[in-house]
Amino acid sequence: MRFEHPATFNPIDQLKVVGHPTSRIEGPLKTTGTAPYAYERHDVVPNQAYGYIVGAAIGKGRINAIDLAAAKDAPGVLAIVTADNAGKLGKGERNAAPLLGGPEIAHYHQAVALVVAETFEQARAAAQLLRIDYSKADGKFDLAAGVDGAIAPKPSFGGPADTAVGTFASAFAAAPVQLDARYTTPDQGHAMMEPHASIAAWDGDKLTVWTSNQMIAWGAGDLAQTLGIPKDKVRLISPYIGGGFGGKLFLRADVLLAALGARAAKRPVKVALQRPLMFNNTTHRPATIQRIRIGADRDGTITAIGHESWSGNVKDGEAETAVSQTRLLYAGANRMTAMRLAALDLPEGNAMRAPGEASGMMALEIAIDELAEKLGMDPVALRIKNDTQVDPEHPERRFSQRQFVQCLNEGAARFGWSQRNPKPGQVRDGRWLVGMGVAAAFRNNLVTKSGARVRLDQQGVVTVETDMTDIGTGSYTIIAQTAAEMMGVPLEKVVVRLGDSDFPVSCGSGGQWGGNNSTAGVYAACVKLREAIAQKLGFNSDEAEFADGLVRAGNRSVPLAQAAGQDGLVAEDAIEYGDLAKTWQQSTFGAHFVEVGVDADTAEIRVRRMLAVCAAGRILNPKAARSQVIGAMTMGVGAALMEDLVVDKRHGLFINHDLASYEVPVHADIPHQDMVFLDETDPVSSPMKAKGVAELGICGVAAAVANAVHNATGIRVRDYPITLDKLIGQLPEVG
Amino acid sequence: MTKVSFDVNGDTHQLELDTRTTLLDALREHLHLTGTKKGCDHGQCGACTVIVDGRRINSCLTLAVMHEGDEITTIEGLGAPDHLHPMQAAFVKHDGYQCGYCTPGQICSAVAVLDEVRSGIPSHVTADLTAPVRLTNAELRERMSGNICRCGAYSNIADAIGEVAGRSA
Amino acid sequence: MRAFSYTRAQSPAEAASAAAHTDNAKFIAGGTNLLDLMKLEIETPAHLIDVNGLALDRIEETPDGGLRIGALVRNTDLAANERVRRDYAVLSRALLAGASGQLRNKATTAGNLLQRTRCPYFYDTNLPCNKRKPGSGCAAIGGASRQHAVVGVSEACIATHPSDMAVAMRALDATVETVRPDGAARTIPIAELHRLPGDSPEIETTLQPGELITAVTLPKPVGGTQAYRKVRDRASYAFALVSVAAIVQPDGTGRVALGGVAHKPWRVEAAEAELPRGAKAVTARLFADAKPTQDNAFKLPLAERTLAAVLREARG
Ligand SMILES: Cc1cc2nc3c(=O)[nH]c(=O)nc-3n(C[C@H](O)[C@H](O)[C@H](O)COP(=O)(O)OP(=O)(O)OC[C@H]3O[C@@H](n4cnc5c(N)ncnc54)[C@H](O)[C@@H]3O)c2cc1C
Ligand code: SF4
Ligand code: FES
Ligand code: FES
Repeated sequence: MRFEHPATFNPIDQLKVVGHPTSRIEGPLKTTGTAPYAYERHDVVPNQAYGYIVGAAIGKGRINAIDLAAAKDAPGVLAIVTADNAGKLGKGERNAAPLLGGPEIAHYHQAVALVVAETFEQARAAAQLLRIDYSKADGKFDLAAGVDGAIAPKPSFGGPADTAVGTFASAFAAAPVQLDARYTTPDQGHAMMEPHASIAAWDGDKLTVWTSNQMIAWGAGDLAQTLGIPKDKVRLISPYIGGGFGGKLFLRADVLLAALGARAAKRPVKVALQRPLMFNNTTHRPATIQRIRIGADRDGTITAIGHESWSGNVKDGEAETAVSQTRLLYAGANRMTAMRLAALDLPEGNAMRAPGEASGMMALEIAIDELAEKLGMDPVALRIKNDTQVDPEHPERRFSQRQFVQCLNEGAARFGWSQRNPKPGQVRDGRWLVGMGVAAAFRNNLVTKSGARVRLDQQGVVTVETDMTDIGTGSYTIIAQTAAEMMGVPLEKVVVRLGDSDFPVSCGSGGQWGGNNSTAGVYAACVKLREAIAQKLGFNSDEAEFADGLVRAGNRSVPLAQAAGQDGLVAEDAIEYGDLAKTWQQSTFGAHFVEVGVDADTAEIRVRRMLAVCAAGRILNPKAARSQVIGAMTMGVGAALMEDLVVDKRHGLFINHDLASYEVPVHADIPHQDMVFLDETDPVSSPMKAKGVAELGICGVAAAVANAVHNATGIRVRDYPITLDKLIGQLPEVG
Repeated sequence: MTKVSFDVNGDTHQLELDTRTTLLDALREHLHLTGTKKGCDHGQCGACTVIVDGRRINSCLTLAVMHEGDEITTIEGLGAPDHLHPMQAAFVKHDGYQCGYCTPGQICSAVAVLDEVRSGIPSHVTADLTAPVRLTNAELRERMSGNICRCGAYSNIADAIGEVAGRSA
Repeated sequence: MRAFSYTRAQSPAEAASAAAHTDNAKFIAGGTNLLDLMKLEIETPAHLIDVNGLALDRIEETPDGGLRIGALVRNTDLAANERVRRDYAVLSRALLAGASGQLRNKATTAGNLLQRTRCPYFYDTNLPCNKRKPGSGCAAIGGASRQHAVVGVSEACIATHPSDMAVAMRALDATVETVRPDGAARTIPIAELHRLPGDSPEIETTLQPGELITAVTLPKPVGGTQAYRKVRDRASYAFALVSVAAIVQPDGTGRVALGGVAHKPWRVEAAEAELPRGAKAVTARLFADAKPTQDNAFKLPLAERTLAAVLREARG
């Protein structure tokens, strides 16, 4: 199905099932420990051996020699894979650094070997027996030092490296009120709770991998490409994924090495990345240095806005697109944005929840707060003042929906924003200095092709199959709701099967595109199934109504089960998009409000209240969608207050590479969170009239925290994370 | 290899194990009770939480051979999909999870936390160490802090536990 | 993790003797630190002696009104003990500020005292660390040292001791009871249990090889207002940046020990004489010889301010 014109009334608009806060259909499995994750598939293939990965001990350089003798002789060892014996390997289209290093080492903890043994304990012990002789080379590990040599990256997903409208430099220089500030965001880790894990089994030249991956088709394709085998010989299965956040978008070392290990050991092999390896072995959100300049009239009208961002990456890696939102969020006649990419030898940087905007909003939304302060203006009012209903770089493109102002107003009213004292450092509650902060939330909505197959059987059960994944996003449930709505059956009559490369290719889970596109794909397949049913029954398919397990037309009505007949009926289709995303700018909006307490003595920062108001198209399942947003808010608190992959610039690694030293928020860090969706349907986005929401929630949160800290203390921290050491020297003396 | 015998969810198991086998790997790899998760294998996440002789522990930081005669309860012992434990049902109702990977650990912890409060064990945020312990919101969040949820379902988890605590109080 | 043999000890004396006479043997109690390090092959014992079966899990009154805490008493039980909560609140508070509920259910009194540093370079076997591999250098010096010690450091090592409990025990003047491999018992004042790194950071305590801790004794209660304040980035399940254990008497005198600042709980009796004059005076003495790094210099003002807060609260 091609989607080329804004959607009109369609069966989804009945909202009998879609739009309801249904509990997740896989909930009973997840809460009882019976949902099977990749490493746990004892059921799928017998005789699994255990693989354990060895990571490179240097940040850059080469391997002179590997002595395998001791490891080979160790008890239980079945095989050892290294670049020397793995055969010729290609590189996946979406991998920058090779997944199996040697002799060249591209980054610290790059996999250099897999030890396969009968048991996990044996593999782990033998992995320590490899004697690897390295030559260490000088690497570039310091982003700040790389700024000077940074280059304009090739146009990518995030658009061109540079954009400009009007005359930024002169307009900025002429502006009566100016802000010019520099912000930094650190490298961050996905730290999903389930480590990357895979079980690989060969059957002749056919390879099956049970894994944990957000994008099945990308993974299967890149695995085939890396191994140099046809894609149709590879099957990836990933029905449950213990979190991804972008860290499982791509083929990673667990998959490749399980496959190579299984080939070498002539047995199925299972591999999980050990936690202390994950932070340097896999991808991360790259650090940024950002400069923002805003010029405004005294009434708050922005006349010039400029945003530059520097980030680093390995060879073939991309830039963090931290200026994306600045191209779209606020009005302003004169504008410039620029991204520069420095060559670094740290581990590969790549997408993490809301790549681009998450980092960019961390800076931009402090800048707006600073500008408001300079103007003596309320930061909510300043944002409203500079709202735009068109793409400011291309004014002929309107936003399909833009309820940004409504989000701000609704949030301000609910949060009690009027109670905020604009003068910082004035509010005290016992030992706590209390402050409130606000920030915009903004993230684009992406449309992309997505397919599904729908089957109706003689029990009247509708089975949906698509390679879409559920990474905690609620895909199972919203897909079931979509199919139930389309076919007029109760939710219990729908079975959803996901995450298998034998199923039709979907959009997969990433970039907050999963919910809208995957359900639209199911919609398309259901439309086809409805036609097939109508045709079989001799109904006019335009007239046929699907409700209560029946199909009706005129005065005829037939139970679906009966319509299916003995052989059942199958339909497959995909949603594909025309030019609507070009003619309209599709984005999601929100406003974050945060109250923090800063300990007047120790400068410890604790979040006391949080509210997000979001407008993101039709909300297919308010319960699951709310969870996505509060989860993203939680990650935003981590970004604001603690998350920091600390670079050791001498050895070239992230030194705090475990979950004790890379701190992410725990229960005690997160207060009750309030979250409100505004009513919205966006007929331009898809027949579902929905948009993404899972990443919107993280964009801006950290800045709202930062702004609240400023309001509490009067201290402006521009380098994330905002830890107490950055405040302590500036807090007032205590008695 | 060393012999050990313990009870899991009411069944006695006799195992002959490499001494290096953690309780977590004994459950997951030998008994195929994979409901208990491995998130870090180093005591840093809580995904492996099980209840041993009535107390929650991280099963990744204990050797299986150290549990001779112990009674172990895992997530599978609390309830099944068609027969949910009240805590499991509350997690479903309040959407106290997303990806589900930390969830068994959260639920085992939550069940044990309510017991800890009942038996008067104080916590870091207990204001008065000599007064009886009450399960306030702050108490609940502090006590659950050994269970990391990267999906960030904390607010919903707190609602789920709060509901069960209210009911069972 | 290297392969090891495993036995359950039958008596403290037998355990100590076995530890001394078996090559490369270690005691295992809760296992929460030892197994963590064994998985990374930072600890590589060939033999483990499980001491959990020894009846060292009781808390008893001593004749002088103090408490004798068995080496195997779990952190949870010690924190929840009625006498501890009433008379040694600083200890209860310190325990509850440490680790997580799950870990405290396993962690033991002796194991907690003997846990090793959380220095990230110590934890990464690819990098130099004098504590892990004597003579290899200290990667933390000139590296990421935000968590590290500011006082009592050496050219060889700037690691901290991560225990919260030990800081409170130091303030309480606890003594450690042990059994040596020859069967002889001895007591060690807690002040003398942990060492400063000097030029042998790999030697962390004054225990002899094979020496088994059997108990920790607290002298009779000293009263006062007792507090343990732990400062950290996240609200729970994190090690201290700085912690303060304080016992403040109505007349303004008292005791102070600090965590997160040194290779051992940091207490300087002479500094306590300054208590009536306030936090600044005390920390000036406590940190007279401080050698912070650029990354952790904030710990000095932080310690002073934290102590000030504790004193203010204690004085009501
Ligand atoms: C993620 C995480 C977070 C943590 N956070 C904190 C924190 O915030 N604050 C804090 O204080 N601690 C914290 N800890 C550390 C925890 O408190 C220790 O791991 C625990 O106290 C160690 O006790 P154990 O009984 O498990 O020791 P084990 O691991 O069994 O033993 C530790 C050492 O002591 C030796 N030993 C044990 N018993 C004896 C004995 N009777 N005589 C002689 N030697 C003995 C062992 O041989 C071993 O060398 C944390 C741990 C983890 C994993
Ligand atoms: S500070 Fe001590 S523990 Fe850390 S690297 Fe240096 S020597 Fe090792
Ligand atoms: S797996 Fe045991 S605490 Fe993470
Ligand atoms: S539900 Fe995913 S980590 Fe908690």
